[in-house]
Amino acid sequence: MTAPLVEMRGISIAFGGIKAVDDVSVDLMPGEVVALLGHNGAGKSTLIKVLSGAYRADAGEILVEGQRAEIATPRDAKRYGIETIYQTLALADNVDAAANIFLGRELVTRWGMLDDAAMESATRQVMARLNPHFRRFKEPVRALSGGQRQSVAIARAIHFNARILIMDEPTAALGPAETAQVGELVKQLKAQGIGIFLISHDIHDVFDLADRVSVMKNGRLVGTARTRDVTKDEVLGMIILGKCPEAAVRGPGAMAE
Amino acid sequence: MRHLEVDPRLVGMLGALAVIWVGFDLLSGGAFLTPRNLWNLSVQTASVAVMACGMVLVIVTRNIDLSVGAVLGFVGMVVGVVQARWLPEMLGLEHPATAFIAVAVGIALGGAIGLMQGSLIAYLGIPSFIVTLGGLLVWRGAAWWVTQGQTVAPMDGRFRMLGGGIEGAIGATASWVLAALACAAIVAVMVMLRRRRLAFGFPVRPAWAEGVLMGLGCLVVIGAVAVANLYPIPVGVARRMAEAQGIPWPPGGLFIPHGLAIPVIVALLVGVAMTVLATRTRFGRYVFAIGGNPEAAELSGVNTRRSLMMVFGLMGALAGLSACIATARLNAATNAAGTLDELYVIAAAVIGGTSLAGGMGTVAGAMLGALVMQSLQSGMVLLGVDTPLQNIVVGLVLVFAVWLDGAWRKRIR
Repeated sequence: MTAPLVEMRGISIAFGGIKAVDDVSVDLMPGEVVALLGHNGAGKSTLIKVLSGAYRADAGEILVEGQRAEIATPRDAKRYGIETIYQTLALADNVDAAANIFLGRELVTRWGMLDDAAMESATRQVMARLNPHFRRFKEPVRALSGGQRQSVAIARAIHFNARILIMDEPTAALGPAETAQVGELVKQLKAQGIGIFLISHDIHDVFDLADRVSVMKNGRLVGTARTRDVTKDEVLGMIILGKCPEAAVRGPGAMAE
Repeated sequence: MRHLEVDPRLVGMLGALAVIWVGFDLLSGGAFLTPRNLWNLSVQTASVAVMACGMVLVIVTRNIDLSVGAVLGFVGMVVGVVQARWLPEMLGLEHPATAFIAVAVGIALGGAIGLMQGSLIAYLGIPSFIVTLGGLLVWRGAAWWVTQGQTVAPMDGRFRMLGGGIEGAIGATASWVLAALACAAIVAVMVMLRRRRLAFGFPVRPAWAEGVLMGLGCLVVIGAVAVANLYPIPVGVARRMAEAQGIPWPPGGLFIPHGLAIPVIVALLVGVAMTVLATRTRFGRYVFAIGGNPEAAELSGVNTRRSLMMVFGLMGALAGLSACIATARLNAATNAAGTLDELYVIAAAVIGGTSLAGGMGTVAGAMLGALVMQSLQSGMVLLGVDTPLQNIVVGLVLVFAVWLDGAWRKRIR
C-alpha cells in the first residue's frame, strides 16, 4: 500500500486554554475526497488551517507522502503543493482577478517588473476552464458576483499544480447551478489524482462527492468511515451525538458505548 | 471619453485644479497665472509632494504616519549640522562631496527612523497612529536637541541647488532637453504596453485614443517647460552673470530664463519611481493587497509584516529627502521646519483620492493633491488673506473634497 498523500497525526491546538482541536488524526490518499464534518465550532476549520499553514499546531505532526513536513506559514504549505480555498475566499477585493490568482507568486519580466499581460493571459486560460462566461478581467474582485469570486478563489488554488486541495465550504455562497459546477470540478480534479479535503455542512453534497468522511465534535475526532459503508442517518448521529457506527473507525471523541 | 480609459477621478482633480487656478487669477487681477507665480508654486509644492508619494502607500495599507513633519525637522537639523559644521572641518568649506554626503545622510537617517517605527508597527503590533504620534513628539524634541534650538546656517552652495532659486534651476536648454526625453519616454512606454497587450491578443484602446493620450501627456510636459522658461532671472543677477562671463550688457537687457527648478525635477522623478514601485513591482502589489484584505495577503504567502515595515522605511526615506529640499530652500536648518507638514501631506494624499479605508490610491493623485493644497494656500497669500483664515479655508476644502469623493464613489457602486 502506498503512503497517504497527507497524514495529520495527533494534532492539538488551543486558544486561550480552550482546546479547539484535540488529538485529531486524519489522512488523505491520492485521488480521494475526504469530507470533514461537524457542527460550527467543532474544530474543522481550525484543523484545516493547521494544514494550510495559517495556524501552528501545539502538538502532533503532518506527513506529506510519508515524509514529515514542517508547515509554519502558508508559503510552506504551498511548497508542499497544499492549496486552500477558504470559506471567506480570502480575496483582496481591491485588485483584479489576475492579481488575486497570482498573489504571492507574481510573474515578473526580465527586469523584475510585474508581467501583467502574461498573468492576464494565464488567468484567461484558467478561467475559461472554470467559468467560461467570465469576462471581467480588468475589474476589482469587489465588483464580481459571488459565483465569480468563488471561481477566482478556485482558480488561485488549482492554477499552481496543487496536489492537495482544501475546500472550506466551497458551495456555501453559491446557487444550485454553480454548486453543480463545483461538484463537476471536484470530480475532474479527483480524476487527476489530486487529494481533496472537503469541509461542508451539506450532507447530500458530501455523499455525492466524498469517498470517506471524518466527523469532529467539540474539537475531537468521532470517527472516520467510507461513505459507502454508512448511511446518512449514521453520519448525522456521529455529528450530533458523537455516536460512532460499527462500520466506522472510532476516534478518541466517540461517545462511550 | 470612454475610449480613452482614463481615471475619471484624475480628470475631476485636474478640473478642480483648473477652477482654482482660473478663480485665483480672476480674483487677483491676473497675478496668479504668471510664469513667476507658477514657478514658485511648483517649488513650494516639491517638499510636500515628495512625502505625499510615500504617504499614499502608508494609507493604502490602512495605516497613517503622523511623524513625517517631525522627522523632516529632525533630519533637516542633522543634515544642517553635518554640512555646516562637521564636513567643513573634515573636507574643507564648499567641498564638492559635501552636498552628496549631506543628502545621503538625510535619506539614510530618515529611512532608518521609518524602518524603526515600521518595525514597532509591523512586528510588535502597536497601532501606527500611536507609534507615529509618539514619533511626532520624539523627533520634534530631538530636532531641538541637535543644537539646543539654534538655527544652523548657511548651507553648502551645491546643496542649496536642491531648494530651487536662481542657482537651483537648470536653465532653458537643459529644460527643453529634459522635456524631449520625457516626451520620448511617454511615447515609448505607451507603445511598449500596447504591443505587449496586442501580442497576447487582449483588447486595446483604439489607436486614435492612444494618440490623444500621448499628445496630451507631451503637451503637459512641453507646457510646463515653456512656462518655466518664460520666468526670467532678476535683472541684477543676470547682469552680474553676464559680466562674469564677459558678455556685454545689451541695452534692452538680457532675458535669461530660470528653466525647471531642481526640487521640482526631484519631486517628479520621485513620483515616477514611486508610481513604478506601486503599480509595476511585487512590493507594490503586496502593499495594495494588504490594504484590500490583510488576512488574504497573509494566507497567500505574502510577508505582510516585512512589507509593512518597508512601507514605513520608504516613507521615512522620502521625509529625509524632503528635509534636504526644505533645508536647502530655507538655506538654514531650524528645529521648527516641517511643523504641521504631516497634516498637509495626509491631506494631499486624501484629496488625491487615497482612501483612508485602505487599498485605494495613486501616487499621481497624491502629487496633484499636494499641488491643489499649495495652490489654495499660495492663491490666498496672493489675495492677502491672513493666515488664520487660510487655515480655515484649507480645512473646509479638505472635508469637502473627501465628502465629494465618497459621494461619487457610492454613486458608481
